Amino acid sequence: MHHVVLERWSRGASPLHRRDARAKIAGLLVFLVVTATAHRALPEVAAGLALLLIAAALLARLPVTGALARAALVLPFSLVFAAVCWLAGDPARGLALALKSYLSALAVLLVVATTPLPALLAGLESMGAPRFLLMVAQFLYRYLFVISEEAQHMRIAAASRGATRSGLAGFRAAAGALAVLFARSYQRAEEIHRGMLARGFTGQLRTLAVARFRAADGVFAVLAVAAPIAVRVAVERMA
Amino acid sequence: MAPLVEVRNLRYSYEDGTHALKGIDFRLEEGEAVALLGANGSGKTTFVMHLNGLLTGEGEVEVCGLAVNKENLPTIRRKVGMVFQDSESQLFMPTVLEDVAFGPLNRGASPDEAIKRATDALVTTGMAAAAARAPYHLSAGEKKRVAIAGILATDPEILVLDEPTTFLDPPGQCALAELLSRLPQAKIVVTHNIHFAQALCTRAVFFQAGKIAAEGSVPSLVTRFGWDSAVSPR
Repeated sequence: MHHVVLERWSRGASPLHRRDARAKIAGLLVFLVVTATAHRALPEVAAGLALLLIAAALLARLPVTGALARAALVLPFSLVFAAVCWLAGDPARGLALALKSYLSALAVLLVVATTPLPALLAGLESMGAPRFLLMVAQFLYRYLFVISEEAQHMRIAAASRGATRSGLAGFRAAAGALAVLFARSYQRAEEIHRGMLARGFTGQLRTLAVARFRAADGVFAVLAVAAPIAVRVAVERMA
Repeated sequence: MAPLVEVRNLRYSYEDGTHALKGIDFRLEEGEAVALLGANGSGKTTFVMHLNGLLTGEGEVEVCGLAVNKENLPTIRRKVGMVFQDSESQLFMPTVLEDVAFGPLNRGASPDEAIKRATDALVTTGMAAAAARAPYHLSAGEKKRVAIAGILATDPEILVLDEPTTFLDPPGQCALAELLSRLPQAKIVVTHNIHFAQALCTRAVFFQAGKIAAEGSVPSLVTRFGWDSAVSPR
């Protein structure tokens, strides 16, 4: 499971892990804007930004190839649109789409892989993200693994009764399993809600994470914000 | 002395028309541990969900002298700690410590106080070393201990445990019985596990089709309803 690996990575102790989530989120937002708005000398700028992210991954002591591979999960989606652009006679736009989506995914992955989820959500909340949305994200993250395990159990149970994955029968079995999975998830959601009510939940999720923004975090935030801008400006001038 | 729990003529029907409870009378005294025995679908879990207002039926339910109604719910949920059958549904926070601190935070404790209470509860259940771990990395026995810690952190007067031995291997069941017997709170234990009930409970009631069919010691009810020979050896 990807999110289990990310969870493990996020519990590291590198200099990047120790920085406040808000500093990393600020850096990420600027990186995304710099990436999304780049157009002049795009391949060179993208290479510069990619090097910056690889340097960050090394600083965070993350397995670089593993991180690069996981960020590639976004490519099946973006490559479809890139192919459409290419077929429509605009290969430059297709290339830009693929490069920008991959770099953005890699940057988001680095932040998620260096910040434990509670700290990340607390950081987003203190920066004004809607609390309800964050609560949904937290529950999704927590139960993705459980639901996936239930799906695996159903797949094994179907396979042990001779089910195949192909053809109309396979499709019907998958559709049935999906319906059962939905019903079970709904039931589990009700159980979780009961568990929350039984422990005094009144609609507001209170958390322990009280992050302190230190001077080092301020310095890091300035560097994280300045670095992608500097890389883009420098590469564009050289080109 | 007033009982901790007093239930009179409790009746409850689900939306599909199933009459789950058909007039339950029940008392729980201080320091007691009572096993709720009975077949699947006999109304045990439905009954315990009335004790902290998760379900509301007709009849009277009083906890520590307070009627279970909307007004008293916050106090009653503080007094009744409920451990559900599937710990996976009870452990929803990203780390063990945060999950155990969930109850105290909802009761208005400061983060520091919540951490202290959560840590104490984890020490009591022998799970202090797992504080920073994610719940889904734990074994079934460890999850159950963390779920119990989550309840103890709110300092309840009554523990309600719904099928606590589900998913536990025999050593895990023994360890759980040993842990629970050390806790001073009164206990209501919904279970099919006769040995577990016998090790932990001083009294038992037997549910049958939404009614309490009999009351007595665990061995007497087990013999009376033939549960000691549910699976005969060849």
